[in-house]
Amino acid sequence: MQDTICAISTALGVSAISIVRVSGNDAIKIVNKVFFGKNLENVKSHTIHYGYIVYNNEKIDEVLVSVMKAPRTFTKENIVEINCHGGIATTKKVLEILLCNGCRLAEAGEFTKRAFLNGRIDLTEADAIMDLINSKTEAARKMAMKGLEGNAKKLISSLRKDLINIISNIEVNIDYPEYNDIYEVTVQDLKSKLSIFRNSLVKIISEYENTRIISEGIKTVIVGRPNVGKSSLLNRFLDTDKAIVTDIPGTTRDIVEGSISFNGILLDFIDTAGIRETNDLVEKIGVEKSFEKIDEADLVLVILNNNEELTEVDLDILDKTKDKTSIVVINKDDLNSRIDISKLQNRDVIYANTLLSSGLDDLKNRITKLFNLDQIKKQDYNYITNAREIAKIKECLKILDDIDMSLLNDIPLDMLEIDLRNIWNILGEIIGEKYSDELLDELFSKFCVGK
Amino acid sequence: MNYEVIVVGGGHAGCEASLAASRMKHSTLLITGNINNIADMPCNPSIGGPAKGILVREIDALGGEMGINTDKSLLQLKMLNTKKGPAVQALRAQADKITYPKEMLTTLNKQENLWIKEAFVDDLIVANNKVIGVILENGEKIYSKVVILTTGTYLKADILVGDKRTPGGPHGEKESKNLSNNLRKYGITIQRLKTGTPPRLLKSSIDYSKLTREDGDSVLRSFSYDFSPIYQLDEQIPCYLTYTNQYTHEIITDNLKKSSMYGGYVHGIGPRYCPSIEDKVVRFADKERHQLFLEPESRYYDDIYLQGFSTSMPHDVQEKMVHSLVGLEKAVFLKYAYAIEYDAIDPLEMKKNLENKILENLFTAGQINGTSGYEEAAGQGLLAGINASLKIENKPPFILGRNEAYLGVLIDDLTTRGTKEPYRMLTSRAEYRLLLRHDNADIRLREYGHQLGLINDEKYHKFKEKLKKIDELKNYLCTTKIVTSENNLLNQLNTSRIMNGISLYELIKRPEITINQLIEVGKVPNIYSDEVIEQVEISIKYEGYIRKEEKEVEKMQAMENIKIPNDINYDLVINLASEARDKLKKVMPLTLGQATRISGVNPSDITMLSIYLKKGK
Repeated sequence: MQDTICAISTALGVSAISIVRVSGNDAIKIVNKVFFGKNLENVKSHTIHYGYIVYNNEKIDEVLVSVMKAPRTFTKENIVEINCHGGIATTKKVLEILLCNGCRLAEAGEFTKRAFLNGRIDLTEADAIMDLINSKTEAARKMAMKGLEGNAKKLISSLRKDLINIISNIEVNIDYPEYNDIYEVTVQDLKSKLSIFRNSLVKIISEYENTRIISEGIKTVIVGRPNVGKSSLLNRFLDTDKAIVTDIPGTTRDIVEGSISFNGILLDFIDTAGIRETNDLVEKIGVEKSFEKIDEADLVLVILNNNEELTEVDLDILDKTKDKTSIVVINKDDLNSRIDISKLQNRDVIYANTLLSSGLDDLKNRITKLFNLDQIKKQDYNYITNAREIAKIKECLKILDDIDMSLLNDIPLDMLEIDLRNIWNILGEIIGEKYSDELLDELFSKFCVGK
Repeated sequence: MNYEVIVVGGGHAGCEASLAASRMKHSTLLITGNINNIADMPCNPSIGGPAKGILVREIDALGGEMGINTDKSLLQLKMLNTKKGPAVQALRAQADKITYPKEMLTTLNKQENLWIKEAFVDDLIVANNKVIGVILENGEKIYSKVVILTTGTYLKADILVGDKRTPGGPHGEKESKNLSNNLRKYGITIQRLKTGTPPRLLKSSIDYSKLTREDGDSVLRSFSYDFSPIYQLDEQIPCYLTYTNQYTHEIITDNLKKSSMYGGYVHGIGPRYCPSIEDKVVRFADKERHQLFLEPESRYYDDIYLQGFSTSMPHDVQEKMVHSLVGLEKAVFLKYAYAIEYDAIDPLEMKKNLENKILENLFTAGQINGTSGYEEAAGQGLLAGINASLKIENKPPFILGRNEAYLGVLIDDLTTRGTKEPYRMLTSRAEYRLLLRHDNADIRLREYGHQLGLINDEKYHKFKEKLKKIDELKNYLCTTKIVTSENNLLNQLNTSRIMNGISLYELIKRPEITINQLIEVGKVPNIYSDEVIEQVEISIKYEGYIRKEEKEVEKMQAMENIKIPNDINYDLVINLASEARDKLKKVMPLTLGQATRISGVNPSDITMLSIYLKKGK
C-alpha cells in the first residue's frame, strides 16, 4: 500500500476539463517534479495552484493543481488532483508523465479500496467496496469485453480452444512417446495454426483501434508538396465546421492544428512541418518531417495537384503511405489533369477543389466509411480497461514473434509449448477464465493412453 | 525395544523412508506384512518414463535408493523423447521383478540403525493427538517418536474380478483390515480409490513372429549419478508391440456388464491416465485399435506383462479377449487381470512435510496419500523419512519448491489441490519443466542431499568437481573468440561465415553447431566429460527459454514470499467467499502463492486475504 497511484478520474470523451488524480505518500513529491509553478511541497493543504505540467523542458498543459494532505482526504493519503485543459490526448500525456515519474496506474476501484483500508469509509459500505474490488477481476473484464467490438470474447474462446488442442497433443506426445497411434504434432502444423492465430489477434487489435478513436480522435495528417493546397484544405475543414482551434504551439509533442467533430468523434489535424512552414523551407526537409508524423497517424490525406505531373516527391509520398489508412485528394480538379492515374491504382482517390470547397462532403463520407464512424457506438466504452486487455493481446503477438524466431533456431516443440501455454493463459485472463485442471481434462478426454 | 522411527509398509515408499531415517542416524523399525514382498513391483515391470524418470533422478540426487537399485536390476534401458528437447527427456527401465526386491532387501539388511519386523499394524498409539507408537495385530505395542505409514494399496483392500469382490492385497496377499478404520476414528478422512493391473502371460505361448520388437538403447546409461552401468547392451531383453482389433472390441462390448467397473461393483475412483481396456473401448468408441506392449517381468521366470490391457472382466472373458489379439491367439494365462480397491487418506489433511494435520508425528507416503506409481511412492517415502528425522531433531522441515523439483510439484499438488483419483506425475503438471530436467537433477538437489547427510563427502566432492568444470568450460567459451580469418573453419562446419569476431558461446547458439564439433576441430580442449558438455550446451542453446522460465519463477516467488501465519483465523478475514473460506481452512496454505493454487479460491479472495495479511503487520 506504499506506492503512489494515479488515474484519469473524469469520463473520457470530449470535455473541457479532465482530472488526473494522484494518491499516496509521494503524491505531492511526484507531481511537484513535473509541475512548473509554486513548490507544491511547501503549500498548505487543500489549496489550488496555477501552473504547467512540464516534460523534457516542454510545457505539456496549462493546469490547476489541488493539493490535499493526509489524512483529511478521500483515501487518507496525500492526494493531488490535476485539472487538465488540453483535451484527451494531453490528459493522457500528463498521466504518462506521472507514470514515468514513479506513479503506478491505479486499478479499477483502487482509490475507494484505499479509502476503505485506511478507515475512511465505514465497514457498512463493505458490499459496495467489494463490488469495486471485484470489478478488477470479473466486472472489469466484462466491461472490457463490451469495449471490444465484434464478439471478441467468442473469438478469443475459440482461439483458446484451438490452442489447448495443440498443447494437449504436444503434452501427450511427451508423456506417452511410444504410442505411435497418437498423432505427433509437427512444426508445420504449428506454423499454419499460428499464422491463423496471428491474423485473428491482429484483427482484434484493429477493431480496438476503431473504437479507440472514439475517445482519442482520429489523428489526421495532411501531406503533400508545398502549394498543392494543404493549408486551404485544412482551412476549409475548419471554416465549414465548428472547429475547435487549439493552436497552442509547444503544448504537446503533436501540435493539433485544429479539430472538427464528426458526430462527437474528433478529427484532429496534426501539424506537420510541411503544413506549418510552406514557403520558407526547402521542399525536401518539409516532406521528410511529414514522414515522421505519417507513422503515428490514423489517417493520412495525400494532396496532389491535378494540374501538375507527379514528381519524384509525390511518388515518394505515395509509396510511404501505401500501407496506411489514407485518401488521395486530387486538388484543383477544375484545371487540366496531368496526373498519371495508373500510378494511383489501389488507392482511395477523391477529386476536390479546396478553393471552391467542392469535394469536401465526398471526403467526409469517405472518412466516415473508412472508420465505420456511423456504426461505432460510444456507450459502454472504458478506455483504461480496454487498453489493458489490448496490451495483453499485443503481449500474445510478441510471444508469437518469439515463436517464429525459435522455429528458425530449431527450438524443439516441447519448449515452444511453454510459449503456447503462456498465450493460452494470457487469453484466459482477458476473458476471465482461470486455469484449473483444464489441460489435464482435455488431455485425458481426447487421447487414449495408459497401462 | 523402542525406536525413534517406525515405518509401516515395505513397498517403495517404505524402503526409501526407512533408509533415509536410518541414514540420518535415527533408529528405525520397518514393519512389513511379508518380508518376501519388500520392494515388490506388483504392477508393471518398468521404472521411470517421462516425468517419472526425472523423479527417480531427483531421488538419487538427494541420496535415495531407487536409482541405484534400478541400475542393479535392468532388463532394458531407454532414453525417451530423444527427438524432443532436453526438458522432456527421461530414462525408462524395464526392471527385473526378482532382482529389484532382492537387491533392495540386501541394502536394507546392511543398513545400520535399521531393523525389519514381519507383522501387521492394527492401530496407532495416540496421546494428546500425538502418535507415540503402533499396536500390532497381536496386541503388541511398539513405541516410537514418529510413525510413517506407507501402506500402499493394502488398507481394506478388495480384489475385483467380474462380479466377485475378495478381500486381499495385490496377488492375493493379506490386506490390512483395521488400520484405516482406526485412522478414521481419530478424525482422519478416508477416501476409496481403485486401480488395476493387466494379465500376465506365459512367454513361450506367445507368437513373437507376428509382433513388432522394441529394443533397449544401444548406449550404456544409468539412473544413478553414482553408479557405473553393469549391464551388457546385447543382453537387454526386448519388449513387443501388438494391437487390439474390432473383434476384441466386440468381445468387450458384448460382455461389458460382466466387468466389475461396468457391472456397478466398483466404488473407488480410478485414474484417468490408466483406464482399463473396457474403459478405452467405451470412451474412445471410434478408435479402431489400441496399442498394447508386451513387457518381460524377469530373467528368472516367464511372465509377460500385457501393458495397456488392465481389466476387471471375469476370467473366461479375459481369455477370449486376449486370444483375439494378434500373436496371443494361444497365450497361456499365468495371472489374470484384476482391479483393486483400497483406502487412502485425503492428502489435503497433510502438511507439506508429509505430516498429518490431525495427528502430530504421523507421516504418510505413497499410495496411502492418493498417488499411484513406484516413483511417486519412493519420492514421498524419501521426503517423509527426511522430514520425520528433521522433526525428531527439532529442525525446520525440508520442503522443495515447484521450481526446484518434480518432487516439489508432487507434494505441492497433493497438499494444495488434493486428489480425487490416484495421482500420477506427468510432465504437464510441472510449469517450470525446462528447469526441472533429467540432466540437472544433481545440480538442483545434491547440495540438499549433502546437507541432510544423505550424500557422503566423496560423492559430494565429485559433484562439486563437476560444477567447477561446468563453470570452467562456460568461461572458456565466453572468452574464446573465433575471428574472420577462421571462416574456413566455419565452412568446414557447414555454418555461415562471420563478418566480425564472435565468442564460441555465441557460435554454439547456432542450431547446427555443437560443442563436440568444436572439440573435433580443435577449438575446444578435449578435457571435459559428456555430462559437463551436455550441461553447458543446454544452458547456451536454450538460454532464452531458460531465462523466460526463471522470470516466471521470480513472479511466483514474490507471492511465495508472503507467508501466512499458521495460527490464522480465516473467520476474521472479511469478505471471503464461503467456498474459499472452507478450502483455506482445510488446506491451511503456508504462503499466499500456495493459496492462489487452491481450486475454488478466486482472485478476489486472494485480494481480501492479502489485505488481511498486510493489515496484520
